[in-house]
Amino acid sequence: MAKDPRASVLASPPTLGARLIKSPHAKSFGEFLFRYREVSLLVVALCLGTYFQIMTGKLLSGANLLNLSQIMAPIAMLACPMVLLIAGGEIDLSVGQTFALAPFLVHFGQQAGIPLVLADILAVVIVSLVGVINGVVTVYIGVPSFVTTLGTFFGINGLTLIISNAEPVPTPGTGLYAMVFGQNWSLILWAVAALAIFHFILKHMRWGLYCVAIGGNYETSKEAGIKVERIKIGNFIFPAAVAGFAGILDSVTVNITDPLAGGSAIMFSAISAVVIGGTALAGGFGTVIGAFIGAAVLALLQDGLSLQGVNANAFSLILGIAILSVMILNVTLSRQLLGRKRA
Amino acid sequence: MNDLVPDATPLLRAEGIVKQFGSVVALNGLSMELRAGEVLGLLGDNGAGKSTLLKILTGYMQPDEGTVRLDGEVVRFRDVQHARSLGIDIIYQDLALVDQLSIVQNIFLNRESTTSGPIKVLRRRAMRREAEILIKRVGVNLPSLDQPVGTLSGGQRAAVAIARVVQTNARVLLLDEPLAAVGVREAGIVIDVVRNLRAEGVSVIVILHNYGHVIDLCERFYIVRGGEIAEEGRIEGHTSESLIAAVLATRL
Repeated sequence: MAKDPRASVLASPPTLGARLIKSPHAKSFGEFLFRYREVSLLVVALCLGTYFQIMTGKLLSGANLLNLSQIMAPIAMLACPMVLLIAGGEIDLSVGQTFALAPFLVHFGQQAGIPLVLADILAVVIVSLVGVINGVVTVYIGVPSFVTTLGTFFGINGLTLIISNAEPVPTPGTGLYAMVFGQNWSLILWAVAALAIFHFILKHMRWGLYCVAIGGNYETSKEAGIKVERIKIGNFIFPAAVAGFAGILDSVTVNITDPLAGGSAIMFSAISAVVIGGTALAGGFGTVIGAFIGAAVLALLQDGLSLQGVNANAFSLILGIAILSVMILNVTLSRQLLGRKRA
Repeated sequence: MNDLVPDATPLLRAEGIVKQFGSVVALNGLSMELRAGEVLGLLGDNGAGKSTLLKILTGYMQPDEGTVRLDGEVVRFRDVQHARSLGIDIIYQDLALVDQLSIVQNIFLNRESTTSGPIKVLRRRAMRREAEILIKRVGVNLPSLDQPVGTLSGGQRAAVAIARVVQTNARVLLLDEPLAAVGVREAGIVIDVVRNLRAEGVSVIVILHNYGHVIDLCERFYIVRGGEIAEEGRIEGHTSESLIAAVLATRL
């Protein structure tokens, strides 16, 4: 090349904006928090833990830690794949119902003589179809996912009630099977696995990058040639499948397969965990680690308040006030530390 | 400008392109050609079909009828990647950036470098290194390549969009109103870069609404109306006023 054809561009000084922004190497603590939004939530979680430990003296006892992990794990498992979906600009309200349906499919599979692990796999595959329906109706027919999944929310709930006669049944499985699939600490280990898998997908694979791109700017992502339909439908399948699996694990943990398990309570907890964790509800940003810590905060509040012996009737009221206070604290804290940068 | 010999095989040629959206006819048998090494202006009113034509030439849409020839060979672009693999790339009016993604992520959007194997892991450091080189070539000072594009100025955003095209080594660059959203100073940067790309042998089709920019940049023009070519000619000898008059005259 005789001369650099971009010489005239190279010769012109940087634009005003470039000079106004200071060196990227100088980082304040506020900027550290901005890059790692999960940190301030972790501080909140630790404060909550300390508070309940001091007030009740029982939070860190072995028996209660197990209980805490079993409250947290299903919320966290539902929240992790939901991060990808919400970062991609959609939502799934039906996860609490696939959570309840899957263990019944296992129950009927086992009664039909199918080996338990195979029945588990079949149940997860079948509830994945709920995700396919959610995805196809939303992506190809254009029904907003809030409405699509509200429909499957009621539909799947009804289906579970019909096939179960609205009666709980004992969960099949004992011994090693139960130890791996839900008893004791295995539940939280599965949740950690979900955290690792979906964090990896979100931050280190194309799939996760495309979720954020689609949630941030759908048209541009499509114009860039990203297979947006495929990503979106996949994003609906993950939460349905994982929620079904979490439901199966949970039914082993509590040793009963209950048509009223999960439902809207766990669905709202999972979505709350995602949003508390810092994922943008409108799409374009997501953090699986944040959602996991968010699930821990919600579980700590539930468990801590029960340890304090809060009256059952007042429980929801106090939990609601606690969630609001914690989030106001979290938002205020990070804004204070960030100074004007976030404005 | 002896490269404007009319009977040379055109680099890119569209013949009898028809595209309908429901009952609306966007392109009605349009034919045009891009010659190697030229900057071609597409002029015309809003809704004339210019943007639809560019979308067909980049594989974003398929024509209902008609053919596209590249180097004289009939090609049928399956999708954007296919056209891109043949060296045709586009920068849209909105620069097609995702504000929430970083500069590096935008430059490599849908052409990420990954490890091979069953689980493809993003090679983030390698992409960052390459992005640094590209940004230097475009010649704009950016604060940090990990910064979301939404925090950048108009000129910086344009630089990111151009760095993205430089990365693909495109032969044909299509620009859909690239100067609509940038300031005067930044428009100058974009115009310089387009000229430099042409000097490197890149052929350009550009939609512009500022006829001063058309005079500055283009060698030839087509005036599009009602999904057809209403007039074509060389820019030489034209002024902004005469171009405006020509576009207005085709309305009659």
